[in-house]
Amino acid sequence: MTVQDRMKRIAIVGATSAIATHCTRLWLCDAPAELILIGRSPGGLARLMADLRVRSPESVIRMVAANFVEPVAIRSLVDRLFEDGPIDIALIAHGNLPDQQQCQADLAVGAEAITVNGLSPVLFAEAMAGHMEKLDAGTLIVIGSVAGDRGRKSNYVYGAAKGLVGRYVQGLQHRLAKTSVKVTLIKPGPTETPMTTHLKQQGMPLAPVEDVAKAIVDGVAEGKRTVYAPRKWALVMMVIRHLPHFIFARMNI
Amino acid sequence: MVMISSWGRLEQKEHRISALSDRAQIARELSTHKPGIAYGMGRSYGDECLNPEGCLWLTAGLNQFIQFDHATGHLTCESGVTLRDIQRLLAPRGWMLPVTPGTQMVTVGGCIANDVHGKNHHRYGSFGDHVLRVKLQRTDGSVIDCGPNHAPEWFSATVGGLGLTGLITEAEIQLRPIMGPWLDTETIAFDSIDEFFPLSDNSERDCEYTVAWVDCTSRHTNRGLFMRGNHNADTTWPMSSKKPITVSVVPPISLVNKLSLRPFNAAYYYSKKWFARKASTFYEGFFYPLDNVLEWNRMYGPRGFYQYQSVIPMDEGADATKEMLRQIARSGDGSFLAVLKTFGTRKAKGMLSFPMHGVSLALDFPNRNGQTHALFERLDAVVRETKGRVYPAKDARMPRELFEAGFPRISEFLPFRDPGISSAMSRRLLGA
Repeated sequence: MTVQDRMKRIAIVGATSAIATHCTRLWLCDAPAELILIGRSPGGLARLMADLRVRSPESVIRMVAANFVEPVAIRSLVDRLFEDGPIDIALIAHGNLPDQQQCQADLAVGAEAITVNGLSPVLFAEAMAGHMEKLDAGTLIVIGSVAGDRGRKSNYVYGAAKGLVGRYVQGLQHRLAKTSVKVTLIKPGPTETPMTTHLKQQGMPLAPVEDVAKAIVDGVAEGKRTVYAPRKWALVMMVIRHLPHFIFARMNI
Repeated sequence: MVMISSWGRLEQKEHRISALSDRAQIARELSTHKPGIAYGMGRSYGDECLNPEGCLWLTAGLNQFIQFDHATGHLTCESGVTLRDIQRLLAPRGWMLPVTPGTQMVTVGGCIANDVHGKNHHRYGSFGDHVLRVKLQRTDGSVIDCGPNHAPEWFSATVGGLGLTGLITEAEIQLRPIMGPWLDTETIAFDSIDEFFPLSDNSERDCEYTVAWVDCTSRHTNRGLFMRGNHNADTTWPMSSKKPITVSVVPPISLVNKLSLRPFNAAYYYSKKWFARKASTFYEGFFYPLDNVLEWNRMYGPRGFYQYQSVIPMDEGADATKEMLRQIARSGDGSFLAVLKTFGTRKAKGMLSFPMHGVSLALDFPNRNGQTHALFERLDAVVRETKGRVYPAKDARMPRELFEAGFPRISEFLPFRDPGISSAMSRRLLGA
């Protein structure tokens, strides 16, 4: 049976995150799908599931409450997903935005930030990639960040974790280059989500999450390896990456 | 602190914000950030959704559907869901909102709190007439479920209650079945206000939707265009919708001014009079013509603009409308979006609901400070004398006594207020 004959199976890790939710809504606008929503909060997942059922009554949706840091648990969760059939799209979207000052003051906060934003997505991606490689099919989408492109004093612990994700995806793309598996790294700019309310409070301009989700879904459909969302961030980050240190050092960013 | 203004863009003021997204967390957010007021899409024109130096609870993140029953058309959703979300999702499945205002970029919560009306008031009443249940989160942590048959006094205070009885977190709405997304529409030019009233009376018998645009810059009489329509049975869907355009900059002066208004209005009048008569129109174009120009409120320039919408009891409607248009013509100030509409006899559900049986005139004016306010005072006098009322959703300046005169159930409403909720408007019109 080909993908055209059946509904797409889509697994979303961190499904209740605003970016993941809006990507899911866009996918369901195209066609009903079989969705596996993976997250930490059963209450949040249940509310999301009810919402998506109204949006797409023909879709088949279930939820899985999961541990996000335990390698053995991640492996067995992903194995079980693939036992039921191939996953056509896996979106790995979980994360949080730690406070840089707290990360500096308290190493436990820093360790937690790097675990949740760097290590955990990579473990999920690795578990998914193994199955996809064997099946020689699937699209793996991992959410990194523009913050991973160059370390900045205002959020380099988060940036380092996202940089880790970026370098990991680069290697995975190399490994899977000769297969049919597609791996896409998403680099959202600052986006208006519950994670960034405090930035909005400080007056930082944030992109609407709907626009970011649209850029992601379109970019993946076009088969891009890296998607900046919104797209203007590709240009902005190219400049920031190439700024000489003596200029960069003077910038308060 | 974030600078936030309302749709009229009269002033930007600093606010603390609390962005609501997870409905399980709302009680905690409200109790830690108060006093505040709900802010949805920011489409109310004046100070109803503002709370300078205080807190705004942003509800746009409360955008989840909860349940939809395809057999009965009962929809339950969070309060930050926009009318556009509902129409675009459910119209293709044969269900539509029974009442919708002139923009769909508004939230369900805002529509309830203002008991908004549409072009079909004479048939379907106002938004609150189709709300089956409202869930209110109070800032003291309690939750109140109310509806027309359940805690009806809370429901009556909340419908049209300006967001002051608690934060509306969820609502259940009765949708109406439709055959397709198209309407048979007709535009009829009229030469004076005297022609409007018989036209309106006759049309209301056969047409679900009626509304008129008035050219208030035309010299002696007030010519206009009467638009009416009915849903038809065409079930086809257009392939793609037009991409909206955006007013991306604020011009240094209002583009709506003395020089532009008269030729613009004349051009609009004659283009419709000569070219557009009967047509089949897609619902979005008919209900929401301005939604195709994003951020159109910017065209009034940096000083922003006022809306003035009143309703005058039917018996005095014709004379009062003529007098108001005469005052506007005399002032030299003009309005591009002058909209005339009669309201039917159905009594609105809310203690502070705006719609009542009568004639409603909505006008917009670029902010020219003293001059604009002087005109408003003359319009107020007509409203006061005829026992009419001014629409709070559009208002940024009505005097407190006019509000009190227009809404006689205020004292009945006050006990239902949430002491942890306050807005610039509530302080202006209710004193707290």
